[in-house]
Amino acid sequence: MLASASTIAPSVDRIFWVLVALSVVIMAVVGTLVLSFAIKYREGTRAYRGPLPEWMSREVEIGWTVATLFVALFVFWWAASAQLPHFLLPKKALEIHIVAKQWMWKAQHPEGVREIDALHIPQGVPVRLEMTSQDVIHSFGVPAFRIKQDVLPGRYTATWFEATKPGDYHLFCTEYCGTAHARMTGTISVMPPEAYAAWLAAQPHGEDLAGEGAQLFTKFGCSGCHGAGSRVPAPPLAGLYDRPVTLADGTTVTADEDYLRTSIMRPEAQVVAGYPSVMPSYQGVASEEQVVAMVAYIKALDQGRSEAR
Amino acid sequence: MSSRPVATLVEPFEEPERQHEAMVFGLWLFLATEILFFGGFFFLYAVARLQDPSGFAAGGHKANLLLGTVNTLLLMSSSATLTVAERAIQAEWRRAARVGIVATLALGTAFLLVKGFEYHEDLSEHLFPTMPAFPFTAVGAIRFWSFYWTITLVHAVHLTIGLAFVARLLWLDRVGTLGPRWMVTEATTLYWHFVDVVWLLLWPLLYLAGR
Amino acid sequence: MRSDDTGLFARAPGERSYLTEGTTLRSWLLSTDHKRIAILYAASITMFFFIGGAAATVIRLELFTPKGDLVTADTYNRLFTLHGVIMVWFFLVPSIPATLGNFLLPLMIGAKDVAFPRLNLMSWYLYVIAGCFTLAALLLGGVDTGWTFYTPFSTLYSNSYVLLAAFGIFVVGFSSIATGINFIATVHLLRTKGMTWMRLPLFCWAMYATSLVMVLATPVLAMAMLLICAERLLGLPIFDPRAGGDPLLFQHLFWFYSHPAVYIMILPAMGVVSEILACESRRRVFGYQFMVYAMLVIAVIGFLVWGHHMFVSGQSPFASMIFSFLSFVIAVPSAIKVFNWTGTLYRGTIRFSAPMLYALGFVGLFTLGGLTGLFLASIPVDVHLSDTYFVVAHFHYIMVGGSVSAFFGGLHFWWPKITGRLYSETFARSAALWLFFGFNFTFFPQFILGYLGMPRRYHEYPPEFQVWNVMSSTGAAVLAVGYLMPLFYLTYSLFHGERAPDNPHQATGLEWTTSSPPPKHNFLVPPVVETEAYAYHDWDEAPGAADETMQDERA
Repeated sequence: MLASASTIAPSVDRIFWVLVALSVVIMAVVGTLVLSFAIKYREGTRAYRGPLPEWMSREVEIGWTVATLFVALFVFWWAASAQLPHFLLPKKALEIHIVAKQWMWKAQHPEGVREIDALHIPQGVPVRLEMTSQDVIHSFGVPAFRIKQDVLPGRYTATWFEATKPGDYHLFCTEYCGTAHARMTGTISVMPPEAYAAWLAAQPHGEDLAGEGAQLFTKFGCSGCHGAGSRVPAPPLAGLYDRPVTLADGTTVTADEDYLRTSIMRPEAQVVAGYPSVMPSYQGVASEEQVVAMVAYIKALDQGRSEAR
Repeated sequence: MSSRPVATLVEPFEEPERQHEAMVFGLWLFLATEILFFGGFFFLYAVARLQDPSGFAAGGHKANLLLGTVNTLLLMSSSATLTVAERAIQAEWRRAARVGIVATLALGTAFLLVKGFEYHEDLSEHLFPTMPAFPFTAVGAIRFWSFYWTITLVHAVHLTIGLAFVARLLWLDRVGTLGPRWMVTEATTLYWHFVDVVWLLLWPLLYLAGR
Repeated sequence: MRSDDTGLFARAPGERSYLTEGTTLRSWLLSTDHKRIAILYAASITMFFFIGGAAATVIRLELFTPKGDLVTADTYNRLFTLHGVIMVWFFLVPSIPATLGNFLLPLMIGAKDVAFPRLNLMSWYLYVIAGCFTLAALLLGGVDTGWTFYTPFSTLYSNSYVLLAAFGIFVVGFSSIATGINFIATVHLLRTKGMTWMRLPLFCWAMYATSLVMVLATPVLAMAMLLICAERLLGLPIFDPRAGGDPLLFQHLFWFYSHPAVYIMILPAMGVVSEILACESRRRVFGYQFMVYAMLVIAVIGFLVWGHHMFVSGQSPFASMIFSFLSFVIAVPSAIKVFNWTGTLYRGTIRFSAPMLYALGFVGLFTLGGLTGLFLASIPVDVHLSDTYFVVAHFHYIMVGGSVSAFFGGLHFWWPKITGRLYSETFARSAALWLFFGFNFTFFPQFILGYLGMPRRYHEYPPEFQVWNVMSSTGAAVLAVGYLMPLFYLTYSLFHGERAPDNPHQATGLEWTTSSPPPKHNFLVPPVVETEAYAYHDWDEAPGAADETMQDERA
């Protein structure tokens, strides 16, 4: 059948199979009742057809309504509580960036290794995917892990999983995206941690993601305003990631990956309080992968790795 | 209520009161769907405004307040003239009714002409978001103007359909059946008022947004 | 135009009915008689059903093999879009309301016609015009966005006739709204003397609840389609993320309509099934009041669950929780109806006519379809099953196993009333059984495919999915035969069928008190109602009769 290859797969399967059992029971009850009534009370038989029994009354109807409501609410509660842990993305996870486009998946490891339509990951380590699309809505679906998350243009969406069994598993695009939607598939390869490290080392790669971002930071002229020694008022970037930021309209937001991406692509949408709205947009200038690298660089500024202020 | 002319009955009704009740009921049901339709647009407006208030206001500042206000006055007057016509029909004052209908048609058409002129002005200022010379980059401004063009066009379509219904009244008058078909006038008037009310809601949202 | 014609329409020389009053094409195309309009709709939706079915045939043929070798990817994408658009808006949504509802509602409440007969005719013309736009989009090359038109693919990337198709859907929405307004006004204002609200047949309640949903939900669809048109035609960046637009906004607007739309498609079916089960069991529907409230509750809560189509869309987890909760709650009234239908059979006298077979099939297939809804309402399971064949199987169980079964059941049940003819029971029962087996054979394997992970809208797939696909496609061939069978024996019945008596099923209900087919104005004398609905047995045999307090309203 289907591999159960992630930490959440067993709990998803548990709910699934219990629901199957519940469905079988209900179908059996309804089916038996309907069939037995149909046979016993078919035209021509001598079954008793008088008034309905006393107990089949309004109270009974209310009774089975309430009972059904209880079962429904119980299943909701069980499923919801199974889901709640999954909603919280783990902070300490291997972060992989996914850029989807018609009709391929591009993955970037933090060490700078890139893959297309494939993703190698270590077993037993939480992996967090930060994803965006270059064009239309796609969806990253791995049945063996029981995960799926739509990948949207213009913002980041995230999901996570922890693989439990080495092997190769299907990756499918699961949101219709045009002509070659059915061909936008790939392979997730789970390897024991040592094998993964060996594989990583053997891959051709240049700078790691943050290093690449540093180079782009200069190349795109960001350091002109955000660099040390600039005379243009621009919000400081060191230590910015994951901190609260107050915007010009008075609201406060957290500087997460989505915020950083929006600041690069549509800066006018998020003017920081106290600063003029003069930052140019890099929409159409920087590609999504380049933005991913720059965001990685800004995140790394937390540790004071650069000369940006 | 003042006495009305004898009503023309349409299938399947056998009593004028029933027919009238049905007409009013049906029309309000239809207006409920229109409220949901326009309500959806107003919801979009609220979302867009909340997400980028400064950009939105900047975009709204460029809306032509003078022409918008002129249009509001024209439309409000047209509602008044049509109401006068409706009452006149029920009281069987045919000349007054005719004057009222013609006045409504004229005011409604004037609204469309002013709107057309306003569109011309807006376009010459490049206020259509796909134009390269569109003066704004702020998301809120783009959305304001997207909303402006969509909603005013939709309203104009509704208004034109309303004008067609009002013109039909004139035709009914010509063939002499307007009196007995006073329920049709009531329906038309109700619809026209609705078009007017939508504009009254739009006017502050579009023309007072940036001020 | 001889009224003594005993050919197609008249039962006996000189007999007149709505079919004999005017036999020119013009008298049909300009008729404001609700019965003729129902037939106009029936003809059109049948045509669309077979077009949508043809698309499905090619789809299932392609899916016999893992490789995409029958048609190109682009063609396949256009086929499933066509199938969805046509089946949802041009078949299912109008099917029971605009055909059976139009024909029967005035008859069942003892009225001469609907409240606004000319509006009724206009609703059919709107439907036809909309159909022309959509067929034009098809003939010019098709649309490849899926029936869901997700942005920004549909607005910025698709190179197909999106504008034409979206506009066609915009127009067909008005047909729906017109029908809804008509039915609501009709039920409120044209009930005959003695026909109080709580004496209405459940089919009338179903039409009423459906109409409420049609009237309140369809305007939002109109807006969603209009905005797509605005973006495609005028370039206004409403959903374009590069200009700050939100593609999720479209999904919210779309599903705000499209979820209630599925209730537009199932509530009428529930009404039909109640009528058939009561008649063919010779018993009152068990728990009439609860059945009424259940339908109204479904209609209301149906507006609050749309986000369950968007659990993986990037929607906030908090919102997802609320939608999941409400989706579980809405399972309850549907379950109540299943219990009550089962209870209706108890101590009945059951006749296995063709309509009854369809109705019993409905109960089974709808229950299974509904139970699989629980899987999809559970967020963690839905994440796994979303956009897979599990979802496809779920909605086909309800829409086809449910609504289409009920539609066929109703068509057969009221066929004698509508046409004045009887059909072959043997053929009809065979078709019903054939359909039941063919249907399960086609769609049950798809639940398995979905769990295994096969995504939907794929024209090619990994080979391990093939065995289930072959099963499903074989089943589809069986199903197709089942759908074609009625075409033959019902057409035969029109020309050569035995003439039907006024009440061949000995059913209660005002429609059976007039002739088959009815006269143009439905009743020679306006009926007066003195009993509750489904008076198949004495009132004191009904459950809990002593403590039921049925309040009569003024008629």
